[in-house]
Amino acid sequence: MNLFGKKNYFSLDGNEDKRKNDRRKKRNEPSIPDGMWIKCNTCKSIIYKKEVTEYKLCPECDAHFRMSPEERIAITCDEGSFTELDSGMKPKNPMRYPGYDEVIENAQKKAGIPEAVVTGHAKIDCYEVVLAIMDSHFMMGSMGSVVGEKVTRAVEYATEYRLPIVIFTTSGGARMQEGIISLMQMAKVSSALARHDEAGLLYVTVLTDPTTGGVTASFGMLGDIILAEPKALIGFAGQRVIQATIHQKLPEGFQRAEFQLEHGFADRIVHRKKIREELATILKLHSS
Amino acid sequence: MNDTMRKVAIARKIARPNTKEFIEDIFEDFLEFHGDRLYADDGAVIGGIASFEGIPVTVVGIQKGHDLEENVKCNFGQPGPEGYRKALRLMKQAEKFKRPVITFINTAGAYPGIGAEERGQGEAIARNLKDMSNLKTPVISIFTGEGGSGGALALAVADTVWMLENGLFSVLSPEGFASILWRDSSRVEEAATLMKMTAKDLMKDRIVDRIFYEPKEGIENNLKFTTDQIKTALRETLPELRGLSIEGLLGRRYKRFRQYGEFME
Repeated sequence: MNLFGKKNYFSLDGNEDKRKNDRRKKRNEPSIPDGMWIKCNTCKSIIYKKEVTEYKLCPECDAHFRMSPEERIAITCDEGSFTELDSGMKPKNPMRYPGYDEVIENAQKKAGIPEAVVTGHAKIDCYEVVLAIMDSHFMMGSMGSVVGEKVTRAVEYATEYRLPIVIFTTSGGARMQEGIISLMQMAKVSSALARHDEAGLLYVTVLTDPTTGGVTASFGMLGDIILAEPKALIGFAGQRVIQATIHQKLPEGFQRAEFQLEHGFADRIVHRKKIREELATILKLHSS
Repeated sequence: MNDTMRKVAIARKIARPNTKEFIEDIFEDFLEFHGDRLYADDGAVIGGIASFEGIPVTVVGIQKGHDLEENVKCNFGQPGPEGYRKALRLMKQAEKFKRPVITFINTAGAYPGIGAEERGQGEAIARNLKDMSNLKTPVISIFTGEGGSGGALALAVADTVWMLENGLFSVLSPEGFASILWRDSSRVEEAATLMKMTAKDLMKDRIVDRIFYEPKEGIENNLKFTTDQIKTALRETLPELRGLSIEGLLGRRYKRFRQYGEFME
């Protein structure tokens, strides 16, 4: 995020802004709440929850809802083939950010996992692969020490065992609560990917909604092959920051997967139901 | 105003010496090269070849202006993807001719705009991080003023990272931090202290290896006071880094960035 030296991105005194903020939060609430009925954020239809299958698509407009790593593994890997790496890694509080422990605890409760990424090795259509799957339900998939370390170790594991790696990204960027250490994760993961690349190994990125900031500007954009889910928000700078800088309306479809394809930053847009099949083909064509 | 915010104000001062002035003071024979060979020449990043006491080097840095006219030319020191790609082109050239690279960083951050996104700001920064980590020649980075987030890091994957006394490096501005995390812009001083963004803080966190002091009268009034220290440091460090094998150099650089992170297992 580029927020340096800009003093008035949005004014913050008074309750109006807090209300706006709350509304924005609600609007972006990605996942499917409990209860029988849910509302699609894209087409606004009220959907009977049971109509949403394991692919988490809107039955009305085919919008791709945000998924948990567990759900992602279920539709991507061969059944029972996933073995998790570094499952016990938990965050500390490097910047001594007040209340961080509580923030983390709430995020863990909400997402049901200890941090914003799950890594492991698995098989996709019998091809061995290392996986890293991020979770936007955990502090918007923000990258702090744990995310950076787990992804780096997954990449190093792939390099050591000469395996391809597939990373499903979803993230708001660096985790501000961990300060500069979170920024350094971008360099750490990118360095590990450089070694994986030098070893002649395959890296596939699957960009899912939303992938922004420090994750886009590091491993998000470094895949040999970059796939993206339809309509996923993908970009570097946040839309509010851009708007506050240029004082212009952003074009329709700005920073969506289709925009990235059009501008040459994604290889393919792949419907979620086809991702397993396409990954299998890619892995097949790269196996010796 | 607390200590950190005073440093923030100094780092952002319009009179603060810019990258071009540092380069011209420290090096001889500076020849500026332009363009990323792909799309444009970004005035926010300058670079080229020069010599340091007889050693050919490549210098690259983020450029700010001292008035509006200059700042329009260099986009207030906020590079677009062309700037990062120009920097990488020059660094790759340095690799080919076995020249050490010295980068100068002073930016509020990468430019957030429509064109920058269309041309892949994220990709440009990512590519720099990855390729710099593997650049087969010594790299030294010097933070001279603001060090705003990914846009600064994109020129700082180096073998050793140095900083001026009033330099900064952080994940976002203290204003942004207070606004986003606390929704309270009045807490900016508290944010600035908490973020540990000053040279001293960063040295403790092993992000910065060396600090250069600034003169009491302000660096804009006595640049030589600080550049003399930079020259001494280059005199010591360049032979040391050039003496390493490429494998040794890259191994060291990898370890440097590999170490960052605090977690429990």
